[in-house]
Amino acid sequence: MMQTSAPQLPIVLEDVHVASGSTRILDGISLQFDAGAPTVLIGPNGSGKTTLLRTAMGLIRPDRGRISWGGSEDASVARRALVFQRPVMLRRSVADNLRYALAVAGVARARRGARIDELLALVGLTAIADRPAPRLSGGERQRLALARALAREPAVLFLDEPTASLDPAATMAIEELVRNVGASGVKVVMTTHDLGEAARLAGEVVLLHRGRVVESGPAQQLLGHPATEEARRFMAGQLLI
Amino acid sequence: MTPDATALDLVLGGDPALYAIVRLSLIVSLSATALAALVGAPLGALIALSRFPGRQAVVVALNAMMGLPPVVAGLAIYLLLSRSGPLGSLGLLFTPQAMVITQMLLVLPIIAALTRQTVEDLWMEYRDEFAAMNVGPLRRVGTLLWDARFSMVTTLLAGFGRAAAEVGSIIIVGGNIEGHTRTMTTSIALETSKGNLPLAMGLGLVLITIVLLVNVAAWTVRQAGSKFEQR
Repeated sequence: MMQTSAPQLPIVLEDVHVASGSTRILDGISLQFDAGAPTVLIGPNGSGKTTLLRTAMGLIRPDRGRISWGGSEDASVARRALVFQRPVMLRRSVADNLRYALAVAGVARARRGARIDELLALVGLTAIADRPAPRLSGGERQRLALARALAREPAVLFLDEPTASLDPAATMAIEELVRNVGASGVKVVMTTHDLGEAARLAGEVVLLHRGRVVESGPAQQLLGHPATEEARRFMAGQLLI
Repeated sequence: MTPDATALDLVLGGDPALYAIVRLSLIVSLSATALAALVGAPLGALIALSRFPGRQAVVVALNAMMGLPPVVAGLAIYLLLSRSGPLGSLGLLFTPQAMVITQMLLVLPIIAALTRQTVEDLWMEYRDEFAAMNVGPLRRVGTLLWDARFSMVTTLLAGFGRAAAEVGSIIIVGGNIEGHTRTMTTSIALETSKGNLPLAMGLGLVLITIVLLVNVAAWTVRQAGSKFEQR
């Protein structure tokens, strides 16, 4: 079903700068996303998590620095997918949202019906396949957005705060999906405010603050024994100013 | 049509002259609206999605064209189609086709301008998603028009309303010829000036009824589509 090879990897960012007017959003980010367990970006509001995600997706061109995907600097998003924090539901049914994503991804018309059934089953939305997508709850929207992203059979899946504003049950369902997607060989890179979620999902954690990487490394090490003062304060729930 | 017939007699009695006029009016106005929609909707969507030098001026001009005086549009088409005009050889002057062209000219800016606004609003919402899904430009236009389809009903309604209520331009290019280019609005104007109020009122009743029915149909479609609106 999903492609397990990862020609999009590693994603390498070298001294990436992104600004909006005079505001620096990313300030010299150098990172590498490799195949394997999910990478989770954490940090306070305005630290640049979403911009980093969009830049790594290829949606934002850096003002300075280089990004490569599997050694290529071609920013075409063919085998990458992104789920936004507030995904937009196309004004059509749940199944037709998936049909649209499959058509855009170039899946043959004859194969779309079966793929829709697979994706609906994967995210647990089979029972409401005919419901208008804009009428879904927050958790259902996230699941549909995830299925829509998976319709592209991505090698890398970016998730921007996928469980923000969701109740514990919906959060658990999304986390389970993320785990399954990661286990199928898709590289997941996601942002979260929730350190518990980072601990549950991450193989690697990157802490950002003011557009810079404060610290990055294996999740257990960074979350349990942060090396920098800034990271220690963040993990302790103190405000980073 | 007897001189002492009342408006209701004419409408309920199925007066052939009256219904021939109603039929022609509907054909002309619906054709003009459909043709204007075919051109105006994609044009409005393209303007909504495009960024080019002078775009603001185009948007302002398009909005201004919504208020184009019908007699000016009629005069322009008359000059084009008159025997000495550049398209005189087509022999379209004083035909229903000329009336369709004129009404289309009046309706097109309405449909294009309202579509531009509707699609631009939706575009702001969909833009990031399209970029992430790598949706191509033509598919973007098609998707936005389809997803805005229920709002577009109101746009088409505005265009049809303009066409159906039009008098000045179609009198100029159609000539108000009995049995050939006479529509409800031109007949009402003529019969009122002749003092034949029953026919004028009968046509007025039919016109109002048609407009009401079209609005009811549009409202029904919008209601059906409201479940697809974002919450």
